[in-house]
Amino acid sequence: MVTYIIRRVIGALAMLLIVSIVTFAIFFLVPRLAGATPEAFAARYVGRGASMDTIRLVAERLGFYDPVAVQYGRFLKGIVAGTEYDTGAGVDHCPAPCFGYSFITQQPVWPNLMDRSRVTLSLGIGAAVLWLVGGVATGVLSALRRGSFFDRSAMGIALAGVSLPIFFTGMISLSIFSYGLGWTAPGGAWVDVTIDPLQWAYNLLLPWITLALLFAATYARLTRAGMLETMGEDYIRTARAKGLVERGVVVKHGLRAALTPIVTVFGLDFGLLMGGAVLTESTFSLNGLGKYAVDAIKNNDLPAVMGVTLLAALFVVVANLVVDLLYAVVDPRVRLA
Amino acid sequence: MTAFLDVKDLRIHFPTDDGLVRSVDGLTFSLERGKTLGIVGESGSGKSVTSLGILGLHKGGRARMSGEIWLDGEELIGASADHVRRLRGKKMAMIFQDPLSAMHPYYTVGDQIIEAYRIHHDVTKKVARKHAIDMLGRVGIPEPTSRVDDYPHQFSGGMRQRAMIAMALSCDPELLIADEPTTALDVTVQAQILDLMRDLQREFNSALIVITHDLGVVAELSDDILVMYGGKCVEYGAAETVFYDPEHPYTWGLLGSMPRLDRERTERLLPIKGSPPSLINVPPGCAFHPRCPYAERTEGRAETEVPELLKTSPGHLVRCHMAPEERRRLWESEIKPMLETT
Amino acid sequence: MALAACAGSPTQTPGQGQSAPAATGATAGGTEVADAAVGKIYNPSDKKGGTLKMANTADWDSLDPGNTYYGYSLNFARLYGRALLMFKAAPGTDGNTLVPDLAESVGKASDDAKTWTYKLRKGVKFEDGTEVTSKDVAYAVARQFDKEIHPNGPTYLNALLDWPKGYKGAYKSKDADFSSAVETPDDQTIIFHLKEPFGLFDYIMQMPMTMPVPKDKDTGTKYQEHVISTGPYKFEKNEIGKGFTLVRNDQWDPATDPNRPALPDRIEVQTGVNADDVDNRLISGDVHIAVDGLGIGNAALPKVLPDPALKARTDNPVQQRTWYTSIIPDVAPLDNVECRRAIAFAADRNSLYRAYGGETGGVITTSLIPPSMAGYKPIDLYKSEGDKGDVEKAKAALAKCGQPNGFETNIAYRTERTKEKAAAESLQQSLARVGIKLTLKPYPQDDYFALYAGKPSYVKENKIGLAINGWGSDYPDTYGFMQAITDSRDIRDAGNYNLSVKIPEVDKMIDQIKAEPDAAKRADMWSQIDHMVIDQAVVMPSVASKALYMRGKGLTNLFISDSQQMYDYVGVGVQQ
Ligand SMILES: Nc1ncnc2c1ncn2[C@@H]1O[C@H](COP(=O)(O)OP(=O)(O)OP(=O)(O)O)[C@@H](O)[C@H]1O
Ligand code: SF4
Ligand SMILES: [Mg+2]
Repeated sequence: MVTYIIRRVIGALAMLLIVSIVTFAIFFLVPRLAGATPEAFAARYVGRGASMDTIRLVAERLGFYDPVAVQYGRFLKGIVAGTEYDTGAGVDHCPAPCFGYSFITQQPVWPNLMDRSRVTLSLGIGAAVLWLVGGVATGVLSALRRGSFFDRSAMGIALAGVSLPIFFTGMISLSIFSYGLGWTAPGGAWVDVTIDPLQWAYNLLLPWITLALLFAATYARLTRAGMLETMGEDYIRTARAKGLVERGVVVKHGLRAALTPIVTVFGLDFGLLMGGAVLTESTFSLNGLGKYAVDAIKNNDLPAVMGVTLLAALFVVVANLVVDLLYAVVDPRVRLA
Repeated sequence: MTAFLDVKDLRIHFPTDDGLVRSVDGLTFSLERGKTLGIVGESGSGKSVTSLGILGLHKGGRARMSGEIWLDGEELIGASADHVRRLRGKKMAMIFQDPLSAMHPYYTVGDQIIEAYRIHHDVTKKVARKHAIDMLGRVGIPEPTSRVDDYPHQFSGGMRQRAMIAMALSCDPELLIADEPTTALDVTVQAQILDLMRDLQREFNSALIVITHDLGVVAELSDDILVMYGGKCVEYGAAETVFYDPEHPYTWGLLGSMPRLDRERTERLLPIKGSPPSLINVPPGCAFHPRCPYAERTEGRAETEVPELLKTSPGHLVRCHMAPEERRRLWESEIKPMLETT
Repeated sequence: MALAACAGSPTQTPGQGQSAPAATGATAGGTEVADAAVGKIYNPSDKKGGTLKMANTADWDSLDPGNTYYGYSLNFARLYGRALLMFKAAPGTDGNTLVPDLAESVGKASDDAKTWTYKLRKGVKFEDGTEVTSKDVAYAVARQFDKEIHPNGPTYLNALLDWPKGYKGAYKSKDADFSSAVETPDDQTIIFHLKEPFGLFDYIMQMPMTMPVPKDKDTGTKYQEHVISTGPYKFEKNEIGKGFTLVRNDQWDPATDPNRPALPDRIEVQTGVNADDVDNRLISGDVHIAVDGLGIGNAALPKVLPDPALKARTDNPVQQRTWYTSIIPDVAPLDNVECRRAIAFAADRNSLYRAYGGETGGVITTSLIPPSMAGYKPIDLYKSEGDKGDVEKAKAALAKCGQPNGFETNIAYRTERTKEKAAAESLQQSLARVGIKLTLKPYPQDDYFALYAGKPSYVKENKIGLAINGWGSDYPDTYGFMQAITDSRDIRDAGNYNLSVKIPEVDKMIDQIKAEPDAAKRADMWSQIDHMVIDQAVVMPSVASKALYMRGKGLTNLFISDSQQMYDYVGVGVQQ
């Protein structure tokens, strides 16, 4: 078990290294092919009408005159050993893991990422609870009343839920519920859970529901299929033969087995989501990792792009590991090797 | 005055897209406490459907049930689903075919026995666990204290079957149905399990129904034997009678294809040709006639007229158009010698 | 008392005296009128209090007054900082007036216009209560000199002032004497020494670069996180990338500040808000003003325009911004002026007008200088019936050029900009009428000037004959608009906004304008330059841009000034 985890962690680190190299390369090599000089890169980070002197100074400061490999090395060094940053008026110390300073806001990336991940985590957890409860409950009921009106309408809605884009549903629900009826908070509303948990939940309610609808649909279909399969298993008959009440049979025996694939899918979904619920955050103007990533890419903000890409990759890798470990817990027949 | 278990004209039909499946079609039998009934028949003859029907496990499904099932003076087909549920596991229990799939793979053997016990007994988990260990010990699982926490897949086939038995017996059921308890096991283990069941039955004085393909198994264990074919009873009587003086050609076939300890097991003497009948389009007349070597001896009635289950001697019922004398003659002069010669 | 300069009289409607009284705007429950804040004050009021809520679809380049250049930032910075001068907070052309802010009066120039002297008002304090001195202004100017640390701000002062040789700014040349550029003989006086005469220096002095910065509070790149206020508002909380809150600065003394009514008690700004959401919130009244000054987005237009109630809440001013097409003489056969003229004749300007959004997007223009700027004159060189282009004249020009059957070339535009794409397609169609075949070349806007349409070598190699461009001015003087896009001496290896105007006479005349003290003469010279550029057909103007702004609900004292070209953030207030 321990060796298994160690092996997976080493694999994950290698994976992150590759992701970072690819990201770095895309940033530099694609414009290079179009003939970008160090100054052309630097020109993205100066005000309009900046003089050539300004552009050269900025190119120098951002290290664009060094070979890409050297720049990458500096990035890695910052992560393991931290770095120092000249603010003009003094020197700022950026302790490891230092993803550098934003080319745009001049702010250290790491604290920003940590701050943003609170938003994404809040969004993700609330939505996950809703979609798990809603999706699984719908799926179970649909499976138990297979072919009924409830089943058919639930599955119809589920199909629509999966196919409707969130910026569409998000915008519509904002206009109706926030601006029309005033029931929910407007876009961009946010307060940390530690400050005011009630307000936190109120602010996030609409994003939660919108995001959850998208996922709940998938989970309802998944659960329905799983339940239809497990409820036909012999051990269900055994449970009934023991005299167990039907609810116990469904939940403790049927659902327990049907949940296994759902745990897997959920782990991966949640990992991906933690890397940034890009569309939801943009639609609702929530300052999470997803919006950070979009802004970073839009602004060609390399350190921010690197930071958020690596963090997202880390979440996915961790989610994968957790899912595999969890699988062994959920299904005792699975052996980790 | 009815028997402890009294099944009268039991019919269990399943409407399907292809037509009505008559899995059980007019079954009547009875059983007393402390006695054992063996039900034999080929695959698909309706044995499992019958036992699930007695336990009320078709309730809520799409099965159509009719007839009467009396258990200890109570009729079960008309009783409420919840009432039958309360009896299940406590008053009547079942040992299932194929214990690997019949036990939940995600729960330990102990947990599953504990669950069975606690449904009917208001005790703490600790007490129930002690009981589960006890039960595992009783059915011959070595070191039950540690094995109680194993998962089904960590048990061998024989141990799983013992665990299944332990689970079924955990609430001292008065009626125990064992659905092919030994099919998946090798002969030595088979013998052990059968011994175990006999011992336990004596100990608990319960009524036992043993279901199997294998006449040999029931012959050792049963007081009565019921032979099923195509959802119907074709021969029913005391074990010795059915085993030593069978009168139905299908029973002869079963005996002929019975593996015996004194012979090569793979060898089948009188194989029954053909395959079991469709339960949707049951052959007209005698359901067995397409496969019966004696069908032409009934002057064409076999194809047109459904034979009745008739008393041929006290306590012995047979469903065949052939005259009883003819049947006995055939048995004595042709079948029996063939079975004995080799 | 503090209102005097700006919201003094509600009838103040410069240049647009024809408007009915109702057009001064609506009170709560009153009727809304479109363009109520154009050239006049919407809902005039001097009532203080309330919270002004603003949303920004993007983010500031920086809140640091020494490191910012965005138009809305220059407008907004005046809420928390006081430069030497400022534009009067007044509607329409009146808002073009430079008035003293930190200084007691506008600059006193030496006869050669090379030395500019300003006297500071007494009693102006930083938010911590320390008195502002001329040294703080000098320090602000010296720190913004360091473009490595502050790369966003305008470079005017670096270029104009007579800095000592090798000077690197307040950080790297810490104790260096830079009195050759900026002198502070006493705490109240600041003198700027220019390398060359520059008559428009006052326009530079209104920019946030001259907002004082206390040296001991300067944290370089981190100063943006807490700018020390001298204006009526100071930062209560500032989360870069998310938003900030301004509250009243109790050290601000209205007696020293005749320009700012400072109506709201509190100003909340959210940044990085989804653009469609901002429009929805403006409509619902959840937000008062969209800070970015870009106007209503494409998604909300079809909702707003057909709805009279919503349209009545919009303002649609003509801006000092021109959308035009560069015709690049480096690319054959456009080196021949007749071939360039053929394009100018053939273009369907009515279709271009529609490409840029039609009625609410702009007005057809024939000159580069925007209508509200000095020197603007309609130039009727390429007139055509219904502005649909003159095919005959275009063919004649082609014949003179030696390309009677037309020619092929490429047209560049910014991928992300749907209007520019539509403009390029419009040209493709109308030029095809005379056999000029255009191939569309979209480029990413981030690198449009640095790598593609602003890079002479790329343009030549890839035969980019036409490039869709647009230009707006930094400050409301024609110099600020025209110099950057007509002076050929500024053309460099890459990153050019202009590479098609390369006319020696124009360059010469620009030098004359710099030294010309008479504004009327300057205006006349700009008209001549404009005419030359259009006559040479190196630039083909399409529309003078109009913006479509939406007023949130419950605003008071709102107006668009010609200097800001969007709602003036100094004047505005909210109802309670
Ligand atoms: N729920 C059901 N729906 C339709 N048909 C069913 C259902 N359950 C059982 N049957 C049919 O009833 C018939 C009898 O099945 P049953 O399981 O009782 O056979 P069996 O005698 O137990 O056979 P085996 O020895 O293989 O266990 C089979 O043909 C089966 O297909
Ligand atoms: S009735 Fe005829 S066909 Fe049926 S078992 Fe008897 S002999 Fe065979
Ligand atoms: Mg069976």
